[in-house]
Formats: sequence, C-alpha cells, structure tokens
Amino acid sequence: MVQYAHLDDSFAALSDPTRRGVLEQLGRDDASITELADKFHMTLTGMKKHVGILERAGLITTQKVGRVRTCKLGMARLEEEIAWIEWYRRIWDARFTALDEVVEELKKKEKQDGRTKHG
Amino acid sequence: MDGPSMDRRTTTERKSDRELIVTRTFDAPVRIVFEAWSKPDLFMRWWAPKSMGVPLLSCEMDVRTGGKYRLEFGRDSSSSAAFFGKYLEVIPNSKIVWTNDEGEEGAVTTVTFDEQDGKTLVVFSELYPSKEALDEAFTGMEEVMPEQFEQLDELLQSVGA
Repeated sequence: MVQYAHLDDSFAALSDPTRRGVLEQLGRDDASITELADKFHMTLTGMKKHVGILERAGLITTQKVGRVRTCKLGMARLEEEIAWIEWYRRIWDARFTALDEVVEELKKKEKQDGRTKHG
Repeated sequence: MDGPSMDRRTTTERKSDRELIVTRTFDAPVRIVFEAWSKPDLFMRWWAPKSMGVPLLSCEMDVRTGGKYRLEFGRDSSSSAAFFGKYLEVIPNSKIVWTNDEGEEGAVTTVTFDEQDGKTLVVFSELYPSKEALDEAFTGMEEVMPEQFEQLDELLQSVGA
C-alpha cells in the first residue's frame, strides 16, 4: 500500500469548516491573518492556530513582510509528493519488470542445464 | 502457477521522513533472484530499463562485504554520471547492504531476499540520514519526469504499433 506521510496532516487540516473556508477564501486572493480573522469573526490568536495547521499540512504558505503575515494557497508540496512517489514507483516497476525477464531466463537456463546433467 | 492472480505488483511506501521502501515478489527461488542482483552482466540488464531514459554505460560490482561498486549512467562518457559506494554487508541469498557515496548525505540501501514456496519477496529500502537529505535527493525529480514519461510513451507506442 502506498502511504503518503503528509496526507494525514492534510485530511486533519481539511476536517474543520473554518479551515476549509480559509482555503476557499485564499483561492480567491491572498490575505493577511488579520484580514482572515475579521472575515471569519475570530480572534487573531484563533486564526493563527488555524493558519498554523494549514501551513504544517502544506496546504498554504505564509510570508511575513514587516508586521503583516500574508497567507496564500500552497498545495504544491502535496502534489509534488504524490508526483515523485508515483515517479519512484514507476521507475521501480520498470526495473522489476526487466528483472523479471532476467529471472525467467535464468530459470529456463537452470531447467535446461538440469535436463542435460540428469539426462 | 497462480497465473495472473499472483500479486507481482511493485509497491512503494514512504516508511518515515527518511526511509523509502519498495517491495515485489518474483516467481523464482531466491538463488536466481540473488544471482540476477549480484552479477554485473545480469544487473546491467535490468537496473536501467529503457523507460528510465538514461542507459547504464558501465557497471563494476564486487558484491561481498567490504567490496565496492561503481555505476556509470549516461548517453556517452562526456555526459555521464557516476554512482558509487561500498557493500557494508552481503549475506548470499539473503541480504545486501550498500552505501551511496556520490552525495554528501547519501542513503544506506538495504535489500533483503526472502524465499517462500519457491517465490522470492524482495524488500528494497533506502534510509537517508535526515528528512532533508531525502527531500534533497528527490528535488528536481518532477522536472525529469515529463521527459521520461514521454520516452515511455514513445516506447509503448513503438511496441504497440
């Protein structure tokens, strides 16, 4: 089974309606934590917590310029991770398919050799 | 024996922040799978399949504890990349452990062979010294990917035609 280390984080982050709302909002435009707190009628501390969870899950990225921390959508890590683990799997699948051919050949050879030896 | 129902699928798993695991079962006794893995002329035939896009130019392997290996990939010697390291542990028909010394923070690779009812389970694991080292090793892979998929598509088309 393929396991993505960060998927659990992502699903946990998405399980909360406020955080889903924040993602939707950031899909329209970048926003500061203060703006998000206003929009969702929350304290700054409460919004900071949500933003932190989204950021750790790789769903958004934040950047602090001066005293303002701006948030924007950042799905990149999740997509990248799935992309490279799939790439990795394909490489290995191709390798092992080729190894299968070598193995089959050796098996055949062993059988033939066995036949010759034992008449 | 089991025909198409036998599970020969290659699985990959990110076991932890710094470890990747690949598994596959081969329909052959372990001595054969181990031979294909430890003899350079056989190893060369499958380690760099065409779909990977970069052929293996040369392969030197001294598969025993303390022995060394050196693989050279590329289209010609001017554009080649070398991968090298040493075997930390070799137990015939059971286990091979090697280092990957071409990078600053290379992984330690362990492959185990486990025979059951005439079939061999291969478990391949790459353990990086840190999460950063693993991430670093895979940075840029997405950029290589489209080209390789193109080559794979070409290959599949030429085979299908």
